[in-house]
Amino acid sequence: MKEIAASPAGSGFCRIKARLIWRQASAKAARTMADTKQTPPRAPLSLQDMILRLHSFWSEQGCLILQPYDMRMGAGTFHTATTLRALGPEPWNAAFVQPCRRPTDGRYGENPNRLQHYYQYQVILKPSPENLQELYLQSLAEIGIDPLVHDIRFVEDDWESPTLGAWGLGWEVWCDGMEVTQFTYFQQMGGFDCKPVAGELTYGLERLAMYIQGVDNVYDLAFNNHGVTYGEVFLENEKQMSKWNFEVADTDSLFEGFRRAEEECKRSLEAGVPIAAYEQAIEASHLFNLLQARGVISVQERASYMGRVRDLARGSCEAYMEKNAQQWAAKYPEWSK
Amino acid sequence: MSDFLLELRSEEIPARMQAGARADLERLFRKELDAAGLKAGEITVWSTPRRLALVARDLPLATEAVSEEVKGPRTSAPEQALEGFLRKTGLTKDQLTERDGVWFAVTEKPGRATKDVLAEAIPAIIRAFPWPKSQRWGAASLSTESLRWVRPLSGIVALLGEELVKCEIGGVKSGYVTRGHRFHCPGEITIGSAQDYAEKLRMAHVIVDHVEREAMVREKARAAADAVGLVLVEDEGLVIENAGLTEWPVPLLGRFDEAFLDVPPEVIQLTARVNQKYFICRDAGGKLANAFVCTANIEAKDGGAAIIDGNRKVLAARLSDARFFWEQDKKKPLSLHAEKLARITFHEKLGTVADKVERVANLAEWLASEGIVPNCDPALARQAAQLCKADLVTEMVGEFPELQGLMGGYYARAEGLPDAVAEAIRDHYKPVGQGDDVPTAPVTVAVALADKLDTLVSFFVVDEMPTGSKDPYALRRAALGILSILQLNGLRLQIASVANTLLLQAGLLARAISNLPEIKAFEADKKVAEKFGTVIKQAEVDAYFDKEISNPKILHLIVDRAALAAQFLADRLKVQQREAGVRHDLIDAVFALGGEDDLVRLLARVRALQAFVGTEDGVNLLAGYKRAANILKKEECAPAEAAYDREPAEQALIDALDAAEPQAESAIAAEDFTAAMAALATLRGPIDAFFDQVTVNDADANKRACRLALLDRFRAAVHKVADFSRIEG
Repeated sequence: MKEIAASPAGSGFCRIKARLIWRQASAKAARTMADTKQTPPRAPLSLQDMILRLHSFWSEQGCLILQPYDMRMGAGTFHTATTLRALGPEPWNAAFVQPCRRPTDGRYGENPNRLQHYYQYQVILKPSPENLQELYLQSLAEIGIDPLVHDIRFVEDDWESPTLGAWGLGWEVWCDGMEVTQFTYFQQMGGFDCKPVAGELTYGLERLAMYIQGVDNVYDLAFNNHGVTYGEVFLENEKQMSKWNFEVADTDSLFEGFRRAEEECKRSLEAGVPIAAYEQAIEASHLFNLLQARGVISVQERASYMGRVRDLARGSCEAYMEKNAQQWAAKYPEWSK
Repeated sequence: MSDFLLELRSEEIPARMQAGARADLERLFRKELDAAGLKAGEITVWSTPRRLALVARDLPLATEAVSEEVKGPRTSAPEQALEGFLRKTGLTKDQLTERDGVWFAVTEKPGRATKDVLAEAIPAIIRAFPWPKSQRWGAASLSTESLRWVRPLSGIVALLGEELVKCEIGGVKSGYVTRGHRFHCPGEITIGSAQDYAEKLRMAHVIVDHVEREAMVREKARAAADAVGLVLVEDEGLVIENAGLTEWPVPLLGRFDEAFLDVPPEVIQLTARVNQKYFICRDAGGKLANAFVCTANIEAKDGGAAIIDGNRKVLAARLSDARFFWEQDKKKPLSLHAEKLARITFHEKLGTVADKVERVANLAEWLASEGIVPNCDPALARQAAQLCKADLVTEMVGEFPELQGLMGGYYARAEGLPDAVAEAIRDHYKPVGQGDDVPTAPVTVAVALADKLDTLVSFFVVDEMPTGSKDPYALRRAALGILSILQLNGLRLQIASVANTLLLQAGLLARAISNLPEIKAFEADKKVAEKFGTVIKQAEVDAYFDKEISNPKILHLIVDRAALAAQFLADRLKVQQREAGVRHDLIDAVFALGGEDDLVRLLARVRALQAFVGTEDGVNLLAGYKRAANILKKEECAPAEAAYDREPAEQALIDALDAAEPQAESAIAAEDFTAAMAALATLRGPIDAFFDQVTVNDADANKRACRLALLDRFRAAVHKVADFSRIEG
């Protein structure tokens, strides 16, 4: 079946052929679903094998397999492969792991479920394929979740990111009552209508792995199949980073950093480099999160800081749109209407 | 006649939108039928997470032919008129019919096949569908004009009898094919007609009838609890939500670690219900049990063991969080939590929550020390009020805002505060709505009343009054809460005291409102404001106002707004009484007296009046009153001078009034309105006799004046109890 989905290499992900491939994959999804009835349960996957399976699955579906963005960010949605690529008419299909930083969620390594640094698996498909739900369910089967043993549910959860001026409709996907994925049809990004709409899947990797491995504590997760646990890789990191986030980080330089990022963003916008400007918006957003963790932003100030980050992100999206609008309109007359 | 089936299949529809969607589907469908002149028999609408379905019984196969006649000019009219008419109708002269010298254009509209009508109606319904939120999707969404639906629309089944109703919208074509349960039966299934639809879906593990699924959830959840000797805590909202999340509901019972039962039961229930949509159970003794019931959407191969285990873990993680919050919060006394309230804005014009708490504390203490709330220790009232909002900044209430008050009560108990204080903190938001418990414990009453009075008057002072349907600060609810507390506890707080309340709070409010533009100019009054913050006694307030208020603007503002707040409360009382079934004219009759602003007395008067006008004496007295009032309306009352021989009935009325007036007056003073009415009832015979036997309109002006004065006296006597002119009938 692999040959069906094998996309043209090099330029990589399929553009024009995308629709065809999704349709064929749909048939495959249905078949796999039926097949799972006979498949004996597999040995639980390690975290890294789970990632590899997802990579290989989404690669087969014609996705670019990208690497994480090399900046600190609160969610995979901030990756330019999601935010900026959700704008404009061009097809875009990509999958990647993105490390996420949520300073306020740090628990010094003492909470079995909460981390200030964790991984999201992010898939973005534009336009959203007809069989996106089936593809997603098939990906769950790929990592060993049998939907006739486990209760998979699509529970309403609309997504909104005021910081990005973005919203979409979708669900949180439940597996036996646990939210394992955020499933969203983007409707707006940076204040602009998504034309066409992109489908975004965000898997919580640690949660899924804990689930698949039957582990109650994230630090007990098998990272690989050779005895290395998540705790060995990240426990010390969590301890130190929680301390830094909450106690050590120099608030003056964080404030200064925020101000500088803000300035740099504006300068970049003036210079006509919106991608660079957007990076500064990412930076400002993370510095704001750190300041929150340090508890130095009052309730009143909070809204104002969020507004400033939003202005940066929106401004960058706007500039990105402007820069590309002409060529997009030429290529997709329907889009500019 | 044929039955029609419509199924609109989509990706998962939010559970909370399904009931509305069913109603909308039926309404829009009926509208289309009406427009086409079609009549259906019974119409049934069903929903699951993945489909909306409608079955209309006994549709005729075609609409009726209609003949439309348009009247034209007279045959004798000039040629131009006829030409104009022909242009308008698009007919030629020989196609017109003539009747009684007038041209008529008759167009025969043949009946249309119902199938064709429906083929147009379905896309129209889909386009017009009023989802609370809808989205675009797929390649078509390159244009923002593309079809919108609650989630991507994936299929349409439209069958009239066994025949396909062909239509297409947004690239989705109607057909015979649908899909069964997402996991049990993912393939295509072919529907023959409305008759086999529900059964074919049932075979494919889909119960399309939501009512049936709701019954399954309700009964099987109950049975799961029964089976282990527990009692399910019924929750109809959860039943509907779980039925809206499943096509094949399978309730399963699981257990959680007993150690979590240390956490307050409300927290466990909320965690289970809000986050996970689980039912909870109680043991035979009524105590919360360590069990939950989740509703799966599959008949799992392993009987549900993995599902139960997975759900148990999720609940355990959530309860761990809750327990963490519970323990963290308990590490600090409420008084320390309360310090953070200074950082939370209550309202931009009214300062912080800490400011509000200060006002409430002053007021609660005053209500206790003035004896308005009897048997209430003023110190406890102040203490409870000072702590009543502290839980707003705890971790637990941050996570579960609906636990405000309740958690404060738990934390107060945990730190060993007096029961009365803990109870007051817990219940001071009550009554939250109609039917909610009304506090009766003195300290709780003082804090609950103070909190609501402060909310009401503060927002009036800063001109944030409810208008029309807009009541963003729930002031109507606050007013009703005040009324309920006063009534249930028989508290003697005069409506005008609302104004007093404002005076009491004037200092604190002045501080808040000194930032308002209309006030800001008067810097000097900031000093006034600070001084006021500590003034409690009414006398001191009065003295202070006499002596110190230098800024008439603040004073006027506060007095004006106080009057408005009092009026608002009175209006709410009328509404409340009307809703409770008291005749509005009786309420008006008592309100019209004016000057009566003691709620308890006012309501006692209304009740006595209602009883009285129901009696024969009441009816007759009312008739007498109306007759007297009518005469008085027409006649000028001239002063009567000279004495004359009174007629017997005239004298009898005077005697009766002489007797009744002091009786009624003393009864009113004693607040015995039934006795006051009884005293008035003695006037009934004499007034009837007076009208029978005495001519008011006597030729002698002096007599007439005296008699009119007598009627006026009678009317005044009646008015002591109520303004009878407002009473209907």
